[in-house]
Amino acid sequence: MRLINRHPDRVGLVFLAAVPFVLAFIAYAVGSGMRLAINPADKLLPAPSHIARTALALFTEPDKRSGTILLWNDTLVSLRRLTLGVGISTLIALVTGLLIGLVPYIRATLSGFVAVLSMIPPLAVLPILFITFGLEELSKVVLIVIGITPVLIRDTAGRVLDIPREQIVKAETLGASSLTIALRVALPQILPRLIASVRLALGPAWLFLIAAEAIAAEAGLGYRIFLVRRYLAMDVILTYVVWITIIAFVMDRLLLTLSRRAFPWSGAGL
Amino acid sequence: MSFVQVRGVFQSYGNRPIIERINVDVAEGEFISIVGASGCGKSTFLRLLLAEETPSKGSISIDGAAPAVEPGRERGVVFQRYSVFPHLTVRENIVAGESFAAPLGRFWGARRRAALERADETLARIGLNHVAQNYPATLSGGMQQRLAIGQALTARPRILLLDEPFGALDPGTRLQMHDFLTDLRAQTGMTIFMVTHDLSEGFKLGDRVLVFDKIRWDPHDPAAYGATITYDFDARDGGIPYQLKEDTDVLETA
Ligand SMILES: Nc1ncnc2c1ncn2[C@@H]1O[C@H](COP(=O)(O)OP(=O)(O)O)[C@@H](O)[C@H]1O
Ligand SMILES: [Mg+2]
Repeated sequence: MRLINRHPDRVGLVFLAAVPFVLAFIAYAVGSGMRLAINPADKLLPAPSHIARTALALFTEPDKRSGTILLWNDTLVSLRRLTLGVGISTLIALVTGLLIGLVPYIRATLSGFVAVLSMIPPLAVLPILFITFGLEELSKVVLIVIGITPVLIRDTAGRVLDIPREQIVKAETLGASSLTIALRVALPQILPRLIASVRLALGPAWLFLIAAEAIAAEAGLGYRIFLVRRYLAMDVILTYVVWITIIAFVMDRLLLTLSRRAFPWSGAGL
Repeated sequence: MSFVQVRGVFQSYGNRPIIERINVDVAEGEFISIVGASGCGKSTFLRLLLAEETPSKGSISIDGAAPAVEPGRERGVVFQRYSVFPHLTVRENIVAGESFAAPLGRFWGARRRAALERADETLARIGLNHVAQNYPATLSGGMQQRLAIGQALTARPRILLLDEPFGALDPGTRLQMHDFLTDLRAQTGMTIFMVTHDLSEGFKLGDRVLVFDKIRWDPHDPAAYGATITYDFDARDGGIPYQLKEDTDVLETA
């Protein structure tokens, strides 16, 4: 049988999916063990058990000075920035993308502009944001918005243009106005695709968030990582990295589930 | 004066003529089949009838009204594909035939309940009541086209335009669709234009069969001239051309 026609069974699927995780863990444990054998005080690759103890402390022990558990506080602060930024971007992209996709006059006006905007490296304008919006929350949210909105707009507009011409004409023959076509034909059909685009944009959104927090913040996951870097606290950094990864993964799955539940007519949900 | 008047219609894309000198008069309630070689401009002619495009020259008017500049409720259409809304259930697709003309495209309250009831009656008539809550993607091709025709008729258009509506269906389903369309037509007395590449289908369903073909031909530049109506058959009594009573080998060239 050809290689491309061989499929793992259910047990095989779970096993194969676990293999790279297990291998990565073993590789780390071995590397860490080798370094610690030479120098027990080595901070670069702390032992897994050491990381686990640190993680437990980070998740449960309140900070002596402020009385709050720093990790949870950092998580809340960062998630607030992230959801605000991604939420605002999604709304802007939805409205603008619909308009560009449906209205030729707006398309003629905006599509070139958005295409150029999306080429600006967002991190290059970060200093401008700090100067304009201050070092507080606003500049971080704005960085995320600037970073992901142009791509989301282009994606959304493209999806609107992908709707078969026949469907739009059909709606016209049923007497639909431009607004009705936007709300009843285009909007519901691009929503699942918009969610898919947002899932892809979450990666860059985290990148911009952590970059902004690393440079100027008083709390946040990115802030903490770059703060403890000074003490070479790899156990803290690794805990935070794993935690961020878990959060990002859960967000992605939640959006996928939402898309399947809310739009059963699209794709796999059928 | 005839119901649908096509006068001296030319259509070119860029400097490439597609169809030229089209003149047709159609009475209310007539069923017009349109046949012709692939790419000769049948769909283009239908788009002009639909007012999705305006002709380069000439005019098309329905019931003496001014030529339309965009599609509207007086012209219904069914394409070969993509004619129903994939995100609406079968029932909501029928309701859309009425509600899309309302502000925001929706009905509320009693008006919505009445529309849902009428939709269920329509679905019973077109034999789709058992799949009312399904999404179109779960339906067979024939059922989707029945839904598309039912939806188009719900808007009560003056003329119905069909562009190879059964082109993607298997032969058995196609025969069922012929009966379906014949029945619907008997009930509604609708004026219908149907493009088909199946000549026998055109003659079976149509009162008239229009043949599109190029009469002028430049061997050095095949795209130099557009197609026009070369034959206009009366399909009600065995397909005798109005213009040429004896010439029958046109059927092969068509
Ligand atoms: N929007 C368009 N722009 C340019 N050329 C077109 C356009 N639409 C159709 N054509 C061309 O016009 C010709 C006739 O097309 P069409 O009416 O779809 O043919 P048919 O339906 O008879 O197969 C084809 O050669 C096609 O490539
Ligand atoms: Mg065609």
